[in-house]
Amino acid sequence: MPLDKATVARIATLARIRVPEGELEGLAAEMEKIIGWVEQLDEVNTDEVPPMASVVDVDLPWRADKVSDGDCRDKVLANAPDKAEGFFAVPKVIE
Amino acid sequence: MNELNRLTMAQARDGLAQGEFTSVELTQAHITALESSRELNSFVTETPEQALAAAKDSDVRRGKGEAGSMEGLPIAIKDLFCTEGVLTTASSHILDGFTPHYESTVTANLWRAGAVMLGKTNLDEFAMGSATVSSYYGPTVNPWQRQGDDKPLVPGGSSGGSAAAVAARLALGATGTDTGGSIRQPASFCGIVGVKPTYGRCSRWGIVAFASSLDQAGPMTRTVRDGAMMLGAMAGHDAKDSTSADRPVPDFEAALEKGVKGLKVGIPEEYQMEGMSAELLALWDQGKEWLTAAGAEMVPVSLPHTKYALPTYYIVAPAEASSNLARYDGVRYGLRVEGGTLQEMYENTRGEGFGDEVTRRILIGTYVLSAGYYDAYYLKAQKLRTLISRDFREAFAKVDVLLTPTAPSPAFAIGEKMDDPIAMYLNDVFTVPASLAGLPGVSVPAGLSGDGLPEGLQLIARPFDEETMFAAARALEEAADFNAEPALMAGAGS
Repeated sequence: MPLDKATVARIATLARIRVPEGELEGLAAEMEKIIGWVEQLDEVNTDEVPPMASVVDVDLPWRADKVSDGDCRDKVLANAPDKAEGFFAVPKVIE
Repeated sequence: MNELNRLTMAQARDGLAQGEFTSVELTQAHITALESSRELNSFVTETPEQALAAAKDSDVRRGKGEAGSMEGLPIAIKDLFCTEGVLTTASSHILDGFTPHYESTVTANLWRAGAVMLGKTNLDEFAMGSATVSSYYGPTVNPWQRQGDDKPLVPGGSSGGSAAAVAARLALGATGTDTGGSIRQPASFCGIVGVKPTYGRCSRWGIVAFASSLDQAGPMTRTVRDGAMMLGAMAGHDAKDSTSADRPVPDFEAALEKGVKGLKVGIPEEYQMEGMSAELLALWDQGKEWLTAAGAEMVPVSLPHTKYALPTYYIVAPAEASSNLARYDGVRYGLRVEGGTLQEMYENTRGEGFGDEVTRRILIGTYVLSAGYYDAYYLKAQKLRTLISRDFREAFAKVDVLLTPTAPSPAFAIGEKMDDPIAMYLNDVFTVPASLAGLPGVSVPAGLSGDGLPEGLQLIARPFDEETMFAAARALEEAADFNAEPALMAGAGS
């Protein structure tokens, strides 16, 4: 599968990263090299191998479903680049 | 008092306990050292006033007989740990001005033990790199130089600022994080000890996430004893991290005395790779001889899937990163670059906020997770991860610990290996396999290369058996008797 300019542009849109038109070609070449390199994994037959789900052998813990934190709106908003009336502010989404 | 920054952490602890000096004096000596070594660019943020205030409080606590295990000891914190009220950047433009209103669990544990923070150290942007050259705040310089050559070298990475600060005697120790080698490889490049504990030993809560199934915090120090001491203060169960292990933290320092008599040390044959320097092979052989002389038995073992570890890592880590870094969108913290619509604002913010390597990894991660490719790449990599982990489990049925080199080369010059991402990735060829299997590993400075640069040997142990790892590391350290010092060391005529 060739990793061309159009593919990189599509991936960049999915990842919400603006990539200048002039950099797409170079990125495509680099990514194709990296993807080509990781494809050596195809040498290994893994038909009967389960994918790893957890790196250490532990069960995820359970906890009671109750609120244990909160009531700190101002702290949550403190680093926001833009805020209004106790909310995060973003460009208008609905016309 | 101007030599207090030359003490090891354990020596400083004992000096404080015996009243030979105060934490304020010890901390001031480090602040002075730090101010005289800014050309290393090892810190993103220095916090001298807070450090002195904390040292003063520590001296008061000690006076009342309330000294903790790290009481009054000044350390540096990788700028990937959220610190309440102190700028936290991950060395990325996209976190401009981010000042957390909370403290990471690992740093909170250190402060509870009495430690004093000197500042936040530089790293590769979002911990993605092996040279600390991708930091938005510029590269960190390794305090070591080649003999007769003052060309600036990289400190390794991503915890390069922490490694340089500890090697240059600017801090008694520093925290690092290790995803594929980011503690062990810079420790090797800077001639210090770097410990990556078992996945789950330290809480990840409050650490800026890179690849959540791999990230682990650990100590970077000048001696194995200091590493054992500091890990004891960092580790422990934390309900806020569901992958944090609910098991007691052993007395790691006590384990140093266990020795290696009768210990079976595995030598993985696949770690002897093509193109390895004769020098590195000789160092590895030397390590085997040292441990044999100390009473251990060398046992050849095979880890057949070793060569697939790096390509597996470069699917898994970018995939997890692309998901974790989705949170940087210009809405809740950090940089915002305006745009006509919400989507444009996201794209502009992330386009400007992320550097080249981070962008590359997010794109790779997005690609391998995208519709139609998930099975071919991500699922395949997770299956390889099972095989790699199985290799280790089978080896550890026969041996107690593994001995390998830490990095394929000593430190290289700033600017080298920059145009080929894969050449840079190869730095982690010996450290990534243990990361994929969640195993503890430590790099111990073992000798100098022909041109006078430090090189480390790595020990890898069973999950949650850091005690055996520390015992072997101590034996290696004792035999290596590494006491060379870097050219750019605070107080060394600089």
